[in-house]
Amino acid sequence: MTDPLFAQAGPVADGGSVMIIGALSDVGRALARVYGREGHPLILAARRVERLTADVQDLTMRFGVPVRSVELDVLDLAEHAAFLDGLGGLPDTVICVVGLLGRQQEAEKSWVQADLILRTNYLGPVCLLGEIANRMQTRGRGCIIGVSSVAGDRGRASNYLYGSAKAGFTAFLSGLRNRLSRYGVRVVTIKPGFIDTSMTRGMALPPALTAQPAEVAEAIWKAQVQGRDVVYLRPVWRLIMWIIRLMPESLFKKFKI
Amino acid sequence: MSAAGRKVRLSGWGRSPVAICPLLRPGTVTEAIGDGRNASSLIARGNGRSYGDASLNSAATLSTLRLDRLLAFDPVDGLLTAEAGLLLSDLLALFVPRGWFPPVTPGTRFVTLGGMLAADVHGKNHHIDGCFGDHVREFELLCGDGVVRRCSRSQNVDLFRATIGGMGLTGTILTVTLSLRRIETPWILQQTVRCRDLDETLAAFEAARSAPYSVAWIDCLAKGGGRGRALLYHGEHASSSAVPTGRRAPRLTTKPPRLRVPVDVPQWVLNGWTVQAFNALYYQQGRPGSTLIDYQHFFYPLDAIGDWNRLYGRRGFVQYQCVVPTAGGREALLQLLALISAGGSGSFLAVLKQFGSGCTPGQGGLLSFPMAGYTLAVDFPVTPAAFSLMLEMDKVVAGHGGRLYLAKDARMGSDMMRASYPDLDRFRAICSAVDPDRRYRSLLSERLAL
Repeated sequence: MTDPLFAQAGPVADGGSVMIIGALSDVGRALARVYGREGHPLILAARRVERLTADVQDLTMRFGVPVRSVELDVLDLAEHAAFLDGLGGLPDTVICVVGLLGRQQEAEKSWVQADLILRTNYLGPVCLLGEIANRMQTRGRGCIIGVSSVAGDRGRASNYLYGSAKAGFTAFLSGLRNRLSRYGVRVVTIKPGFIDTSMTRGMALPPALTAQPAEVAEAIWKAQVQGRDVVYLRPVWRLIMWIIRLMPESLFKKFKI
Repeated sequence: MSAAGRKVRLSGWGRSPVAICPLLRPGTVTEAIGDGRNASSLIARGNGRSYGDASLNSAATLSTLRLDRLLAFDPVDGLLTAEAGLLLSDLLALFVPRGWFPPVTPGTRFVTLGGMLAADVHGKNHHIDGCFGDHVREFELLCGDGVVRRCSRSQNVDLFRATIGGMGLTGTILTVTLSLRRIETPWILQQTVRCRDLDETLAAFEAARSAPYSVAWIDCLAKGGGRGRALLYHGEHASSSAVPTGRRAPRLTTKPPRLRVPVDVPQWVLNGWTVQAFNALYYQQGRPGSTLIDYQHFFYPLDAIGDWNRLYGRRGFVQYQCVVPTAGGREALLQLLALISAGGSGSFLAVLKQFGSGCTPGQGGLLSFPMAGYTLAVDFPVTPAAFSLMLEMDKVVAGHGGRLYLAKDARMGSDMMRASYPDLDRFRAICSAVDPDRRYRSLLSERLAL
């Protein structure tokens, strides 16, 4: 298919398979484009799997890599093991972009909303990645990339239920990394600030601090290639969150942020 | 579910005018159909590369950029079907390595298929291959009455012709099927011809009639005997035998350009003196002769500079692109060049091209811009002086039976529109038939009473 006259310089892919959990999200879609471009076979996992048909077709035509979609409800904890058994082989890399901002004010009054936020951002991903981690440990190789959030770095009035779940998820990834580093399994924590996605649509976001999904996907791929552990996106968020974390609580509690 | 759009400041590539528009960004064709049916009034917007007010509607503007999936490709006849938001830059990155090229390409690759269709863009091969619409097999269109229609040369023919060049006013283009053409290499065999005045330039176009691609950069500020001096480039896709063995593959970029204009350049920087000096240097550096260059440098030289529209300052610029018929075309061009050089506020980039009569005469878009003749495109900063100059130029263009390109225009009046686009009434009737309330509107359609 490719003639040497057309050949373009590019990074050489290791070709390992990649599973994207939350493939219908904007970042999930962008990740599929990046990893497909780099030659990785793709497994796209989402709850409403029928919506992935057009994307599977698109990715196959674009990059000529094997692409398939699988149905997965991250909140259905009891089914995780069966889901992984049914994959026909554990993927080399698993990226989890599952997340739900939810409605903070409703969650303050209703346990139903709070429960959904905590399960989607914490319990579901933790149980699933935990099971995957055990299997990767047995295999002795693999990479788990968890997309957390800067919102987990310090709780704020406007979204602390989401933030507390992400804080827990960040701590989980940190512990997992610590546990698995001696077994050849890598764990990468991604902490985006604002991303321009349907989750944040309608919010007035400062452009300089807001990353596009494609930019996030490129950065995640780069973080994996470069062997990073914790990555802030955009990188300026590392500085911002450092300052925010340093603020004394007596001062911080008076801020409206 | 893209819900209510966030209000954003939008403009065309010329950065003037600016409008605050709720921006809808559906992620799938199904969502786009839902959004299109809900809005009281709307216009679709691709990558925002039309220059003026064509992609702006302050009630609702629907971005198609997330609708960019490939849907089908036939590697035997090169027929590609894709969602309308697919960028030409993506198409090129994906298909040039497989030996396929778009049938017609404008001067930037940062445009969407839907935008190319709605503006019925032309390229350096218009004299042979006509417009983009000539190579579109069919498309799906969400109309103002909420119905999705498939349009082709045998189905909904009127709507097909109204949508080609119809500036998005017939509805939201959802998918496009077009035929790509075979190429053997990503290289272009380019010839440069230096022309000392307008007559030499026009003669050079005639001499290059059989070349697949041709275009001239023209020095609009040259006066006297040198008026109309130009560098004419013509080229063809290089066959594999034309590329020396051992020649390395071209360095093609797939990422946004690294070189960007970081700030709005103050308007006074681009004055008669600096532009004149630039033009003189540019004219001198053009080396007559033949060379092998990659397709990106041949077709998209300005894409190498990110945000080049900031060169014209915060107030933005207008690109004046007109066409005048072959008969009397030379005189019209001389008058236009005289006006521009006397005004002294010409641009770096003035482009002259000879159009052919199209490859589907009587079958093309009802509001398509090209006609057999000469097209001249000049950038002007947004200043009162430039606007009065363009009014003078309008008179010359209208007087010679020419017209202006809607994808570039931001300032023409509705009188000139009506006088120069003879199929306008038919276009309006076709729009009303599928959109009784005329929900598809833009600042352009309101300005020009389309």
